[in-house]
Amino acid sequence: MYPKKSSTLLRDWDLWGPLVLCVSLALMLQGGSADSKEDGGPQFAEVFVIIWFGAVVITLNSKLLGGTISFFQSLCVLGYCVLPLTVAMLVCRLVLLAGSGTVSFIIRLIVVIAMFAWSTLASTAFLADSQPPHRKALVVYPIFLFYFVISWMILTFTPQ
Amino acid sequence: DRDKAQAVCQDLILHDGCRQASKAFSLYANIDILRPYFDVEPVQVRTRLLESMVPVKMINFPQKIAGELYGPLMLVFTLVAILLHGMKTSDTIIREGTLMGTAIGTCFGYWLGVSSFIYFLAYLCNAQITMVQMLSLLGYGLFGHCITLLVTYNIHFHSLFYIFWLVVGGLSTLRMVAVLVSRTVGHTQRLILCGTLAALHMLFLLYLHFAYHKVVEGILDTLEGPNMPPFQRVARDIPVVSNAVLNTTAKANALTL
Repeated sequence: MYPKKSSTLLRDWDLWGPLVLCVSLALMLQGGSADSKEDGGPQFAEVFVIIWFGAVVITLNSKLLGGTISFFQSLCVLGYCVLPLTVAMLVCRLVLLAGSGTVSFIIRLIVVIAMFAWSTLASTAFLADSQPPHRKALVVYPIFLFYFVISWMILTFTPQ
Repeated sequence: DRDKAQAVCQDLILHDGCRQASKAFSLYANIDILRPYFDVEPVQVRTRLLESMVPVKMINFPQKIAGELYGPLMLVFTLVAILLHGMKTSDTIIREGTLMGTAIGTCFGYWLGVSSFIYFLAYLCNAQITMVQMLSLLGYGLFGHCITLLVTYNIHFHSLFYIFWLVVGGLSTLRMVAVLVSRTVGHTQRLILCGTLAALHMLFLLYLHFAYHKVVEGILDTLEGPNMPPFQRVARDIPVVSNAVLNTTAKANALTL
C-alpha cells in the first residue's frame, strides 16, 4: 500500500484482498449507463475481466523483461494497489450524490488523479525493485496505462 | 513380495507426479520463448519510436528491423487507451463494456491481422522479412496513429485532423514502405506490397477518427434492439365517465399545454 519496500510482504502473497477490492470496484461501477436493466451483468463482468486481464498482462510483461518477482506475487501487489482507486470511486459516488456539475467534476478529477498517482507509485515501488535498474521505465509504463484506464472508468462514471 | 509391490507402486506414482508437474511447468516456462523479444533498453525503445517517423533514404540496401515486441505491444495498448479517452472527450454515452471490447478488438485485430496479411503478401512477393519483424514494424508504425489521435481527440478541427493524417500518418507509412521496399526485389512486387500496406495504414487512421464513434453507436443500436422509448403511448382502457368530466379535463389540459 504505502511505497515501502518490504520483501516479507511480498512473500506472504494472497489473492483474497485483490479479489474483494476488484469485486467492490466492479459493483460500484455497475449501472453507469443508459440501460441499467440489461447492463448490470455484462458491465460487472467487463470490469472484472479488464482488471484481471490487465494485471496478468503487466505481470507477464515484467517477467519477460527479466523480473525476479513471481506471477502471483505480482498479481497480489497490483490487486492491492487498486485500493486507492476504489476509495476514489467511493468518493466520486458520494460527490455525485450531491449533484453533478463542473465543481463536482473538478473535485472528482483531483481525487481520481491523486489516487491514480498513489496507486501507480505504490505498485511501482514493489514491482520495479524486482527489475534490473536500467529497465524500470519499461515496467512502469504498462502499470501507468493500466491504472489510467481504471481511473478513466471511474471518472466517466455517471449514475442513472 | 508385498513390499516390493508397494515399492513399485510408489515409484509409479512418483514418476507420474513428476511427469505431470514437469508438463505444467514447461507450459508456464514456454513464456521463455518470448523472452528474447522483450530484451530491450528504454533508450532503444525511445530511439525506435522516433525513427519510426523518419523515412529512410537508402532503399537499395536491406534496412535492419529490430525484432522486438515490447514497443509494439505497449503502443497497441496505448492506442486502446487513447481511443477510450477519445470516447470520453466526445461525450458519447456508451456502455463501457462494449466500448472496451471494441477498442481492444480493433487495435489488436489491426496489429495482428494486417501484420499477418502483409507477411503473407511478402511471402508471395519474395520479400525478406520475418513475422516478428513485420509485427515490430507495423507496431512502431502505430506510433504516428497514437500521436494523431491524441492531438485530434482533444482539438476538434477536421482540417487539423487531415493535416495530421497526411503528415504524421504519411511519415510513418513512408518509413514502413521504405523499409519494405529495401527488402523486396522487383517493381511489381514492391508496388503490390507497399501499396497494400500504405492503403491499409492510412485508411485505418481515417477509420479510427471518423467511423469509430459511428461503429460503436451502431453496435449499441443493434444490441439494444427494439428498445422501448421512455415515453410510451399505449392504448389504455378509459373508464366510463361522463362526458362533462371528460370535456372539462380536456379543456384544463389544453390550457396547461
